[in-house]
Amino acid sequence: MTDAPFILDRGESLWRQRISQFFAKPSAYISFGLLVLLLLIAIFAPWIAPQNPYDLAQLDIMDGRLPPGSTSMDGKTFWLGTDEQGRDMLSAILYGLRISLFVGVVSTFFACIIGASIGVFAAYKGGKVESFVMRLVDLQLSFPAILIALVLLAAFGRGIDKVIIALIIVQWAYYARTVRGNALVERNRDYMEAARCLALPRSRILFSHLLPNCLPPLIVVATVQVAHAIALEATLSFLGVGVPVTEPSLGMLIKNGYDYLMSGKYWISTWPGLALVLAIVVINLVGDRLRDVLNPRLAK
Amino acid sequence: MLAYLIRRVGQALLVIAAMATIVFLSIYAVGNPVDILANPNADAKEMAEISARLGLDKPLWEQFGLFVWNALHGNLGRSFVFNEPALKLIIQRMPATLELAFVALIMSIVIGIPLGVWAGLKPDAWSSRTIMSGSILGFSLPNFWIGLMLILLFAVQLKWLPSGGRGPTTNLFGIPVSFLSWEGLRYLLLPAFTLALYKAALVIRLSRSGTREAVLQDYVRFARAKGLSPTRIVLVHVLKNIMIPVVTILGLELGSMIAFAVVTETVFAYPGMGKLLIDSIGRLDRPVIVAYLMMVVVIFVVINLIVDLLYAALDPRVRLQESEG
Repeated sequence: MTDAPFILDRGESLWRQRISQFFAKPSAYISFGLLVLLLLIAIFAPWIAPQNPYDLAQLDIMDGRLPPGSTSMDGKTFWLGTDEQGRDMLSAILYGLRISLFVGVVSTFFACIIGASIGVFAAYKGGKVESFVMRLVDLQLSFPAILIALVLLAAFGRGIDKVIIALIIVQWAYYARTVRGNALVERNRDYMEAARCLALPRSRILFSHLLPNCLPPLIVVATVQVAHAIALEATLSFLGVGVPVTEPSLGMLIKNGYDYLMSGKYWISTWPGLALVLAIVVINLVGDRLRDVLNPRLAK
Repeated sequence: MLAYLIRRVGQALLVIAAMATIVFLSIYAVGNPVDILANPNADAKEMAEISARLGLDKPLWEQFGLFVWNALHGNLGRSFVFNEPALKLIIQRMPATLELAFVALIMSIVIGIPLGVWAGLKPDAWSSRTIMSGSILGFSLPNFWIGLMLILLFAVQLKWLPSGGRGPTTNLFGIPVSFLSWEGLRYLLLPAFTLALYKAALVIRLSRSGTREAVLQDYVRFARAKGLSPTRIVLVHVLKNIMIPVVTILGLELGSMIAFAVVTETVFAYPGMGKLLIDSIGRLDRPVIVAYLMMVVVIFVVINLIVDLLYAALDPRVRLQESEG
């Protein structure tokens, strides 16, 4: 990236080159394909799922806690079993995945925007502003994320919006730190000098010149961070401070199954957990591949 | 050094004061614990009585003033639910959590170092690749679910280990501990292992990179030249040198282990401070929540302070940078 050749292959933009680099490894196809599949499942859950798990009219308490593969009173098959209210676990998982991914993606997106803006601003300003922001970042990162999120949610109460806000507050510091580190290098580059000489407005220098050049490492951090956010949300929901019972994420489903685990009814916790693990592993694999492509210095 | 010390301690106190304010205001601004504490058919008069008894009828700033005044006298309030000093409740449960954290710490070293050293000695072997992929999973998988699966396997299916709770305790210098008897240890194994997995991943990475660095050093080459057996080189020369960073980092991580024990304790119904915190959040037992959080904040600030002071004592450049910035 730094020593880009002067003669660029005119047919391919930098991004297109990177995309073809990304798919140079066959395993990238698998992980990326799985990720797309999971996203599609999450988006189209209401159309794919055999039943709407939260429409009480469709549930029959007589079907409660059936093991995987059993059939209901009216002949439907529950491939992954049912929970205590006779809810089809497969449908519940599809809906839960939707909520988990939504929380993970949305919170990461906003945390990324907020954190990156603060980071790039701090690096550009320098001096007192920078050292204050970085102290704040250091302070926040010295406490474990789970604890900060727990305090925030204890104060906010339950709700998807509240979980998202808590996750944004927990995560912004990572992006601020990443972007600032990169911006420190970039701000002394010639193009920045040129932009300053043209007397462009500060906001334009910050957001159209400095920030785009700090993007590659940010994308890597953000991808992996989505997986962290999903895991954190699941943990919080498991502890009973996350999403409300009416909109269960995968973590909430696992919590519901926890009470039945001891009596050997493993499926209520196990399947949502496997879905969660699959989502997290796939996102991590894609993140790893992105890092190899976007940030060759960090490659193993 | 004295100036640095004073400034650093001052900063630490400032952080504690700021956190106390944030924690107090955020926890006290929401919900009404009286709704949870009073019996469902209590009338308005009874509710007001409870509210007055708990001091909740006073304005927020007065409650805060009282909290600060009492906190400075070492009193973090009385639990609404247990009607006992919050600090006492936490200290009662502290040995259980510390025991869990320490056993987990030792487990993560016992698991992590051999695997990490192996992966460092043979970086290209498939076994090492498996270990490294495993450590990525240890980092990223939701810990509580692993705990549940362990319960399912070892407690429900195989019935080898108890599924939760704390085993019988014996007194060691007046502190109840359970690792001294086999029966007590059985209760500790699963939760400690779950908690250890998370840090074991870190230990594997640290000891792998440490080993890769150490085998290239002159003292290892010299040991080899002297004709020492490979086992001895690894066990004595390499291991000794990688232990230093591993132990330093793990010491730093002790705080986060105590915090993370919240999750593990909930999964295994283990009666420690973390379980108390989660139960208190559910019951809106504000003094206990605030007391727990203040306790953890103090632990973190103290650990960070000690590390910073040690660094400053060892490396004068840190002090200089600090006074410039």
